[in-house]
Amino acid sequence: MRIIIPIKQVPETSNVRMDESTGTMVREGVESIINPLDLYAIEAGVQLKEEHGGSATVLTMGPPSAEKALREAIAMGCDEAILITGKEFAGSDTWATAYTLSSAIGKLGAYDIILAGERATDGDTGQVGPEISSFLDIPLAAYVSSIIEITDGKATVERLLEDGYETLRVELPALLTVVKEINFPRLPTLGGKKKAKEAEIPVWSRGILEIQEGELGLKGSPTRVDKIFTPKVLRDGMMLKAHDEQSAQNAAKEIVKFIKEKNLLQ
Amino acid sequence: MSSKGVWTISEWGEDRIKTISFELLTRARPLADKLNTELSSVLIGRGLEDETARELIYRGADKIYVVDDKNLESFIVENYSAVLTALILKHKPEIVVAGATTMGRTLLPHVAVKVNAGLTADCTSLDIEEGSGNLLQVRPAIGGNIMARIKTPEKRPQMATVRPKTIRPAQRDEKRQGVIIRERFGNEIIDSRVERVGHRKLDTGGAEIQDADIVVSGGAGLKKGDNFKIIQELAKTLGGAVGGSRNAVDRGWISYPHQVGLSGKTVTPKLYIAVGISGSIQHLAGMKTSEHIIAINNDPDAPIFKVADFGVVGDLFEIIPLIYEALKEAM
Ligand SMILES: Cc1cc2nc3c(=O)[nH]c(=O)nc-3n(C[C@H](O)[C@H](O)[C@H](O)COP(=O)(O)OP(=O)(O)OC[C@H]3O[C@@H](n4cnc5c(N)ncnc54)[C@H](O)[C@@H]3O)c2cc1C
Ligand SMILES: Nc1ncnc2c1ncn2[C@@H]1O[C@H](COP(=O)(O)O)[C@@H](O)[C@H]1O
Repeated sequence: MRIIIPIKQVPETSNVRMDESTGTMVREGVESIINPLDLYAIEAGVQLKEEHGGSATVLTMGPPSAEKALREAIAMGCDEAILITGKEFAGSDTWATAYTLSSAIGKLGAYDIILAGERATDGDTGQVGPEISSFLDIPLAAYVSSIIEITDGKATVERLLEDGYETLRVELPALLTVVKEINFPRLPTLGGKKKAKEAEIPVWSRGILEIQEGELGLKGSPTRVDKIFTPKVLRDGMMLKAHDEQSAQNAAKEIVKFIKEKNLLQ
Repeated sequence: MSSKGVWTISEWGEDRIKTISFELLTRARPLADKLNTELSSVLIGRGLEDETARELIYRGADKIYVVDDKNLESFIVENYSAVLTALILKHKPEIVVAGATTMGRTLLPHVAVKVNAGLTADCTSLDIEEGSGNLLQVRPAIGGNIMARIKTPEKRPQMATVRPKTIRPAQRDEKRQGVIIRERFGNEIIDSRVERVGHRKLDTGGAEIQDADIVVSGGAGLKKGDNFKIIQELAKTLGGAVGGSRNAVDRGWISYPHQVGLSGKTVTPKLYIAVGISGSIQHLAGMKTSEHIIAINNDPDAPIFKVADFGVVGDLFEIIPLIYEALKEAM
């Protein structure tokens, strides 16, 4: 079974600090990591490989430094990696990203399953996975929370919806985007790390992908970021301090009064 | 032919039009008015009566495209995408908006590729730029730390998904008039490679926080899982639902369907009570449009106070029992 996993390198944003004056993220000292939600796609791919045999290829479009993310994926058990890089890809929106990745997947030859993360934590769109399936014209199952079985060239999967779980059977090759619930990503092993260090990672550019210049990067992107700003926080309501019994009692009374005044007591 | 008209993609399930459809009409009505054009809604499914479609007219649409087919009973993205792509190519709308739901977030990217259009995810506000008439799409990025305004200057239609529960559903007005157009398709819209074989409902255990008038949420300030029952009891007493911050969910104090925020649910209750929650930007993203907000936190500088109408700086373990006492007197 040939498994392909597009992953993205993102800034580690759990402790993001914003520069209030410019409205941009403070990037100094911010580490680049594999998009946390892509770890579940990698794990799902490695598990499928362990069960059915075959190989897992990770691929990313990003700056040259994104090679680090690919090596981490190899350390987790993937077999090979491809880095798509070049300044002509800069400024790609999801459409252009998906187009580039689909072209690369087309170059890779036959495959059975593509596993993408639910979304990337920086752009946060969740569009690239479904868009790749649309470009490649293969079945799509989004928000997959469990791969139940793969038999007779079909995958049976469960996906997480607002109101429950839905089971789909899709013909392979297919693209799945996976959610957190699907597994617990493993840590890299020592052997994996060694393999990762030694791996040769091919670098693909526009020429190899045979993409027209107008179809990639900023030029090939239908959408434009027009302006960036920090969200305004509104209100600033009444504040009460409850530092001793008396003031705590008063605060509690005031809260109940507030709720009552708004007609929210049943 | 140049593109014209604003479309919303309505959602249908369990014999009713889902609320998100009416929220989309609230969002899209002013866009159509500013562009001086028609507002249409697309309704795809099976067993769709005119009566059902008319509800969308009462809520603000001028025209409804109904596609009713036995093969469209449940949402299979390939089939719905084939239908919507055909409709877009035929009628050439200028703007298409759908909910940022599991359906909208799957369907719209699929269609955007087919019709060669730009798509902006998870918008929190939409407007029309004066002069150019372009759609201005505002959305959070990098965990809600920044807001980006996005335009699609050339390609049409301009497509966007919109966060559920970020605006009130359009009100009903039975005097409104409109037309219902039924579009038919043959077997070409059915992708035989995909089959839906089952569905089971999620047991949310009272997690319907998106429908509740009152939501009481707890965060890391509760210190341990056992203490979370303070939140549960307060919610019960007030007849509300229970929410939690991601910290509370990650620690296993409460399950994921209760998570409020960017990577959880957006809620807009009449009253939101945040207990021991710092008010990270990601948490605020999911609750700051609540009608009234009360916050209890022992740190006077906690950002949650910036969005609160009423803040109490103090120890939650001391204050909550006193609230019960005061409630008993008031009820
Ligand atoms: C991509 C991304 C997505 C995210 N999505 C979400 C999301 O959807 N929802 C979400 O909530 N978070 C989300 N987060 C996490 C968010 O950044 C915060 O880590 C989280 O919201 C903090 O939860 P908290 O307020 O419960 O905990 P803390 O920040 O630890 O706050 C606890 C608060 O309790 C107060 N406290 C302590 N003891 C007491 C006491 N005795 N009495 C009163 N007050 C007390 C403290 O002063 C403190 O302010 C996300 C982060 C990222 C990077
Ligand atoms: N530049 C990229 N290179 C490789 N994969 C990507 C890239 N961007 C997005 N993806 C994949 O698409 C998923 C959704 O990303 P997004 O649509 O940006 O939220 C990610 O989890 C990755 O699996």
